Amino acid sequence: MYSKKLARLAFGLLAESTFKCPLTRSVSSVRTLCSWTVCLHHRQKNPLSEGFSRRLTRLNVRTVSQTTLDPAEVRKFQAMASKWWDLQGEFAALHSMNDLRVPFIRDNLLNVHGILQLGKPLAGLRILDVGCGGGVLSEPLGRLGADVRGIDPVEDSVRTAELHSSYDPDLWERVRYQACTLEELAEEELEGFHAVVASEVVEHLADLDAFASCCQQVLKPGGSLFITTINKTNLSYVFGIVAAEQLLRIVPSGTHDWEKFISPEDLERLLESFGFYVEAIRGMMYNPLTGAWSWQQSTAINYALHAIKRKEEPQPGQVWAESENLDEPGRATNYS
Amino acid sequence: FKIRKECSKQELLRILSSASENQLFDIIISGGGMVGTAMACSLGLDPNLAGKKILLLEAGHKKEMDGVPETYSTRVSSISPGSATLLSLGAWDHIANMRCKPYNKMQVWDACSDALITFDKDNLQDEMAYIVENDVIVAALTKQLQTLSDHVKVQYRTKVVKYTWPRPYHVSESIPWVQVTLANGKTLQTKLLIGADGPNSMVRREAGIPTVKWNYDQSAVVAVLHLSEPTVNNVAWQRFLQTGPIAMLPLSDTESSLVWSTSHQHAEELLQLNEESFVDAINSAFWSNENHSEMVETAGSLFRTTLSVLMPDSGSARQLPPSVAGIGPKSRVMFPLGMGHATEYIRHRVAIIGDAAHRVHPLAGQGANLGFGDVAYLTKVLSQAAFNGKDLGKSMQHLLEFETERQRHNLPMMAAIDLMKRLYSTNAAPMVLLRTFGLQATNALPPLKEQIMAYASK
Repeated sequence: MYSKKLARLAFGLLAESTFKCPLTRSVSSVRTLCSWTVCLHHRQKNPLSEGFSRRLTRLNVRTVSQTTLDPAEVRKFQAMASKWWDLQGEFAALHSMNDLRVPFIRDNLLNVHGILQLGKPLAGLRILDVGCGGGVLSEPLGRLGADVRGIDPVEDSVRTAELHSSYDPDLWERVRYQACTLEELAEEELEGFHAVVASEVVEHLADLDAFASCCQQVLKPGGSLFITTINKTNLSYVFGIVAAEQLLRIVPSGTHDWEKFISPEDLERLLESFGFYVEAIRGMMYNPLTGAWSWQQSTAINYALHAIKRKEEPQPGQVWAESENLDEPGRATNYS
Repeated sequence: FKIRKECSKQELLRILSSASENQLFDIIISGGGMVGTAMACSLGLDPNLAGKKILLLEAGHKKEMDGVPETYSTRVSSISPGSATLLSLGAWDHIANMRCKPYNKMQVWDACSDALITFDKDNLQDEMAYIVENDVIVAALTKQLQTLSDHVKVQYRTKVVKYTWPRPYHVSESIPWVQVTLANGKTLQTKLLIGADGPNSMVRREAGIPTVKWNYDQSAVVAVLHLSEPTVNNVAWQRFLQTGPIAMLPLSDTESSLVWSTSHQHAEELLQLNEESFVDAINSAFWSNENHSEMVETAGSLFRTTLSVLMPDSGSARQLPPSVAGIGPKSRVMFPLGMGHATEYIRHRVAIIGDAAHRVHPLAGQGANLGFGDVAYLTKVLSQAAFNGKDLGKSMQHLLEFETERQRHNLPMMAAIDLMKRLYSTNAAPMVLLRTFGLQATNALPPLKEQIMAYASK
């Protein structure tokens, strides 16, 4: 129960702060307050030992979650929840990030599964969008034919997402939203998804191990995990914390905690320990003048990662359980 | 907070039911002329748009042709190789089976001087462009559309009375799609509206897109001409008279199409003439030299001699077009000419193409080609947007790309055509000298001519 609240709080951070690029536009003061408060608690976690820190953060979670569920704050979140789909608003860069992440997800899934239907390249695939917010990424994936489930612990974001997708009967059939946490979902949907997308989420989680474990549970064997997040380097400190938060004040102080950024090497090591193998890592860069993202060689600031869940080897006497469309000729199927 | 949740659920149900009653299309094309039908075909054939619901609305009746009629129709277009490539996705076969006339050379000359310019490919074997009747193009495209009827629907004899535009931002309790109200009372909804409804476009007017336009004081007279004797008719002729250009475009070995742009008054006179006088007028317009002034002729020939010394290989002998004996049984027609350009080709969930976006003088034979160029590029842009999972009408990034690219191509062409028209509308000696020298100089520079031809062939 406590871990659920922790995860809920952690995912709540996603809805509270804007996209996680270092050069974001202005953020509402309410969001600042909540994220700052939680960041403070998380900063305190570091010098303590694992178990003690977990208890401490649990206590902090309870106090902070009471603050989060304050009706006044919730009303303000509602006001902010409507901003998800303002293409010129605070989430504009998140919308323009779709130009990179949708082709990234689409092409990697097509490499694995092949194109089944013209006009709907992702038809037949079940995708889970973790921390979907207002559905900014879920909708294009739905339009490409995938069966998308978007989850987010903040109910208002989920309502906004539902309302926005309700106008289009095509989307309404293919994209469904649920206000819950990944752990709650993991209990119901064991091995239920062909792909999990966690875009701009992992830099706000307290417990990456739990996240990786849940992803491993909900994915079918051979399924794909897509993550976009921020690297933990001097450069990301300069751009993400110093420039964005302190110098230019594009992002209020405390929105990002540099300690919670994770480098691609560490993330890769973590995922490998949970039964994934990392297939691709690519660097991304945001240009604040044009408002556009582009791929780049260096993963120093933002990066995107594609990992695949290893398939199990058949045990003697057991039935080989494998869903269709997941043949991967040439890939080693060793179980880590 | 709870009440708000319930309201939003009711709202959802209401919106969903309204979307199913009024059919929701992905793309509606308003206007089923050459460009509108080509757009419908092009979208229907694109693999990334498979599964999208597309509708074409046309106020007239369906234009079908089982076989070509014996007589040629008066309205023809010059189809460049670029447009032929677009149409080659199926419709060109139908056109080739019906009829079209390729031509290899074009001669353009002045009535006030001896200056002339010829365009042709290096070896005269290659085709420069094709003359096709407008009816044949529409019929071929209609035939092609019938093979795509599973996801491209067409409604003929359908007139639109009203367009309702959505707000660009998300407002609750309002429909975010474009609503098209038909004369029969039904309302359709679409995510993207493409306006291909001609120079007096209702889509453009209702969207409030400002248009730069003016009327030339000219009308074009079109007719089908019977030549005096059969000939290898693969040259397009155009002569700039004082009143306006007269053009003879090949249709077959025995027939050609006439496009004579002239003042309104003269056009009406031409329509009143009996057949013999009309034929005489045409022949004398192409052949007579009475407007040559001595000074201009001397200056012109001097310049030509100089050029032939500098560049001995350039320059061409002047040929005369075939003489005309009679005209086709269909009566002559005239229509007014003007120039128009929409300052914007796109709005939120709207795009305009073809004559609705740009209207030009027929002297360069580019009107239809500009429209087909719009069709090709817009299809490419929408295909890309669909492959990225975008909402087709809302993706301003892609629509802006279409507008920028096409304006960059269309505006110089339109400016050049307008300039030509004005340059050749006057009899004043300085202008005549200027255009004489200009034309001769251009004729002497093959690289420049190749550039012009390449630009017009896109």
